[in-house]
Amino acid sequence: MENNISLTLKVWRQNGPKDKGRFETYKLETVSVDSSFLEMMDVLNEQLINEGKEPVAFDHDCREGICGMCSLYINGRPHGPDDDVTTCQLHMRKFKDGETITIEPWRSAGFPVIKDLIVNRNAFDTIIASGGYTSISTGGVPDANAIPISKIDADEAMDAASCIGCGACVATCKNGSAMLFVSAKVSHLALLPQGQVEAARRAKNMVAKMDELGFGNCTNTGACEVECPKGVSISNIARLNREFLKAKLAD
Amino acid sequence: MKLDSKIPQGEMAKKWSNYKANQKLVNPANKRKLDIIVVGTGLAGASAAASFGEMGFNVKNFTIQDSPRRAHSIAAQGGINAAKNYPNDGDSVHRLFYDTVKGGDYRAREANVHRLAEVSNDIIDQCVAQGVPFAREYGGLLDNRSFGGAQVSRTFYAKGQTGQQLLIGAYQALMRQVNAGTVDLYTRTEIVDIVMVDGKARGVIARDLVTGKFQRHFGHAVVLATGGYGNAFFLSTNAMGSNGSAAIKAYQKGAAFANPCFAQIHPTCIPVHGEFQSKLTLMSESLRNDGRIWVPAKKEDAEAIRAGKLKPTEIAEENRDYYLERRYPAFGNLVPRDVASRAAKERCDAGFGVGTTGLAVYLDFKSSIERLGEDAIRARYGNLFQMYEKIVDDNPYETPMMIYPAIHYTMGGIWVDYELQTSVPGLFAAGEANFSDHGANRLGASALMQGLADGYFVLPYTIQNYLADDISTPRMTGEEKEFVDAENEAKAKFEKLMAIKGERSVDSIHKELGLVMWDFVGMARNKEGLEQAIEKIANIKKEFYSNVRIPGSGEGMNVELEKASRLADFIDIGDLMARDALNREESCGGHFREEYQTEEGEAMRQDDKFAYAACWEYKGEDKAPEMHKEDLTFEVVKVAQRNYK
Amino acid sequence: MSTIFGSSIGRKLLMSLSGLFLVVFLIVHLSINLLLLVPDGGQMFNVAANFMALPLIKYGMQPVLFAGFIVHIIYAAILTAQNNKARGSSKYASGNNTKDVMWASKNMFVLGLTVLAFLAVHLADFWVPLQITHAVDSVTIDGVEMHNTYALVNASLSEAWRVVLYVIGALGLTIHLTHGFWSAFQTLGLSNNIWRCRWTVIGIAFAWIVGLGFTAIAILQFAFYQ
Repeated sequence: MENNISLTLKVWRQNGPKDKGRFETYKLETVSVDSSFLEMMDVLNEQLINEGKEPVAFDHDCREGICGMCSLYINGRPHGPDDDVTTCQLHMRKFKDGETITIEPWRSAGFPVIKDLIVNRNAFDTIIASGGYTSISTGGVPDANAIPISKIDADEAMDAASCIGCGACVATCKNGSAMLFVSAKVSHLALLPQGQVEAARRAKNMVAKMDELGFGNCTNTGACEVECPKGVSISNIARLNREFLKAKLAD
Repeated sequence: MKLDSKIPQGEMAKKWSNYKANQKLVNPANKRKLDIIVVGTGLAGASAAASFGEMGFNVKNFTIQDSPRRAHSIAAQGGINAAKNYPNDGDSVHRLFYDTVKGGDYRAREANVHRLAEVSNDIIDQCVAQGVPFAREYGGLLDNRSFGGAQVSRTFYAKGQTGQQLLIGAYQALMRQVNAGTVDLYTRTEIVDIVMVDGKARGVIARDLVTGKFQRHFGHAVVLATGGYGNAFFLSTNAMGSNGSAAIKAYQKGAAFANPCFAQIHPTCIPVHGEFQSKLTLMSESLRNDGRIWVPAKKEDAEAIRAGKLKPTEIAEENRDYYLERRYPAFGNLVPRDVASRAAKERCDAGFGVGTTGLAVYLDFKSSIERLGEDAIRARYGNLFQMYEKIVDDNPYETPMMIYPAIHYTMGGIWVDYELQTSVPGLFAAGEANFSDHGANRLGASALMQGLADGYFVLPYTIQNYLADDISTPRMTGEEKEFVDAENEAKAKFEKLMAIKGERSVDSIHKELGLVMWDFVGMARNKEGLEQAIEKIANIKKEFYSNVRIPGSGEGMNVELEKASRLADFIDIGDLMARDALNREESCGGHFREEYQTEEGEAMRQDDKFAYAACWEYKGEDKAPEMHKEDLTFEVVKVAQRNYK
Repeated sequence: MSTIFGSSIGRKLLMSLSGLFLVVFLIVHLSINLLLLVPDGGQMFNVAANFMALPLIKYGMQPVLFAGFIVHIIYAAILTAQNNKARGSSKYASGNNTKDVMWASKNMFVLGLTVLAFLAVHLADFWVPLQITHAVDSVTIDGVEMHNTYALVNASLSEAWRVVLYVIGALGLTIHLTHGFWSAFQTLGLSNNIWRCRWTVIGIAFAWIVGLGFTAIAILQFAFYQ
């Protein structure tokens, strides 16, 4: 059938965090071009299970591009050869019949491999915990319309807040830098009056935590925004730099 | 089993105030001595855990994902309702309450729904203070849009990513408490049992999904905020990991499971297109604000489209059947979800469906694009259109979208009283996991409202009323017999699964279950089919326990083992859903029994016989469960045939 | 302030500021070098070179300039080492196929090394004889005796291999600047969606002016001033 293609997959297999890991090659004879990349992985796993082998472990959940769980490095690009998508939204029509696809986990010192294609991204949570919030508790807040916010700021904050925390930015960055992730959160909150109150503290704490966790230094290559499935802009990094330097100079 | 709904005295609008005025509280010094376990980090779980932490309780919060931010609340697109009445279009707490009870086809508990409407405004205030970037007007004030089942615009939204933004707000509040040390977060950890001590829920047995090791955790109270069980159908709009296991564990420990058959079928999902399909993608209900739903008016046109000989854009206006506008002129394309879904099925069953399978209808933006311009439509729905294009490879700006109903949300769930406590003392359920607020059908943009209401504004009060009697209960160490036994039992279950060593993958059995569910317990149900379903599900259960193949071992990460243990619970849920659907001899909301419909094909309730919540009590492995009734009385709302014409 | 340079952004700030300082130096250097093309037998160039050798500049400004270079080089080394560590020991087998990323931005350290190598030759050629060994002929202009810097430069640029080397050095510098210029402003936070385009355009224009300027001087000196 013309709607099917056959593929050779080179998949990274690693039993655990301490295992060395290796590539395994698998053949898939019939893959529908209408299936998503992860559905192709399901087909592979079904085949492996039926052969009595262990299926490939990979992270995935919502399969509609919003949870940020899926994290495959496909043919040299995080989330594969399509633009502005997560792996789960990547469809097999982007691949040619007979193609060999290399599938690897995110690779960065900040994201150690847990198993096969699954990495540990707890570092992102730790960074958010260091200051990525407004310090208000439940209840006792003013009416939602008490402070007008310009539509432009609200929209820009929304664009920054659309980060899904998948880690593609770190995965593609030659420096293993998490600046796009950190800057998206700092920007989101710095653009809103509610977040302004502790903007300085937030920028300092989050950058300090990012550095402490071993992420690299941003050299403004811009690869992160190209690979970001949500198109978060590196203008946010400029804003983070501004917020951070302002905060430090005021100390 | 005794089911006491504990509805406070007084008139409807004062019940919640009365409750709060008279409930027991825990003083700050005692809060430090009390531990609360919260299972799940979605809107309900994260907001509850964060709020408990802020109040000074010690919280343990569990999620199966790698981060709390991945919970499936994140995928909600359209918006969140509140009775703010900012647009000055006649909204009020009473109207939101009334719409919700009516939208739920009069199968929800009035007092709970009224409280939900009351706290709805606080949620918006809270979220804005957290920095949730809701859509705004140029004047700087919040924007609203309309949603199905309402004649006012009361839905707040953040592009097409409202759930994401609300969840991130709650997640950030949660991470603030993690940083403060009040909440211990356990990621990639699944609850496999609930520990009972002296008839009360006192902890959980958890399994670390990375190491495969079991853990014992004590809590003075346990809150389940584990979402719905729609994945029993295999294909649904739920995330792959969404499951009903914690709910089933609660049920097996004595918590009643209420109205399991009430599952919502969402009308606007991308149609099924192949056997390999793993999930269904929802297109937000908000699209119905500007999209018009139609099928060809002539059967031969529909046939030509299915054969690929005709394009939808080639069908003239007069040859299109805008069936929702035709049947329901007052609400048109904005009828509630159950009504829209059934109408789509009716047209497709009658042979007017489109797409290669004939199981699809069109959602057309042509007239809106002509009226408002493509840019305005792009600003409103750009991300949804892009998502559609990536999946289907069709440009919805040029050709109509194809949609079909799919399983989306489960209104049924663990039975809770007014305090959100289950029939097991000390065990609470919040969000989609409980049954309380949506009756037989949930209105759009109400799930987010309920999740956050439960977590931010209900449980922080009601749980104190329970914990106030527990301030002198010392922490348990986990070495108690009850904990050890529960862990051994859970371990044995996993060992049993590993020992089957059959021939079939977990997914292949899950798909088989899903097909039975969709065919017999889906959009249209009947007695004969449901009886068949119960039998088929029993066979699937046998097949599962004798023939499932789980590669690898119980040590370390084993994804197939996780899936198998969840499927075992889905099979039990499927059985319960079929039994409940068989018992409920009426049509209401998402539950449509073919025997009970009007001549025009509208749902026909049997209020004299079924104005109750059906609460199922577990009676033991392979024994039929027992049904108890919680009678629903309506003090304020006038029960009537729902009319959206 | 105490810890600002201990942070990643602080280290980048040093790169940015030292880089911009070196950009200013390049402007001065290029301006003076353009005097090499004035057909007056090198008089104006010699006067300018002599001015740059005044004690105030020699002892006041040069150390600052050296410091600028050293900070830029040392921090480049530190940042590169840290970034390699952050990248982790496992590399992608399928490489990196991300499109639309400026080549220069990913090779700043290598380009910097090219410039540094050129700089070493350049210092040996001119700075050492002019400021250390003083093994340079003298010339008297308007009654002031000074080094005949022009003759030294002119003689050096009569050798083809050196001209080629200078052209390569200038090109390396150009490519380094195409990314370095806008990147410095981004690091300072002086950028957004609009200014990013502007800085990029200005940066690329500046880089090529500088690069082609030095290249042209070397080639013209070789071809027409011997």
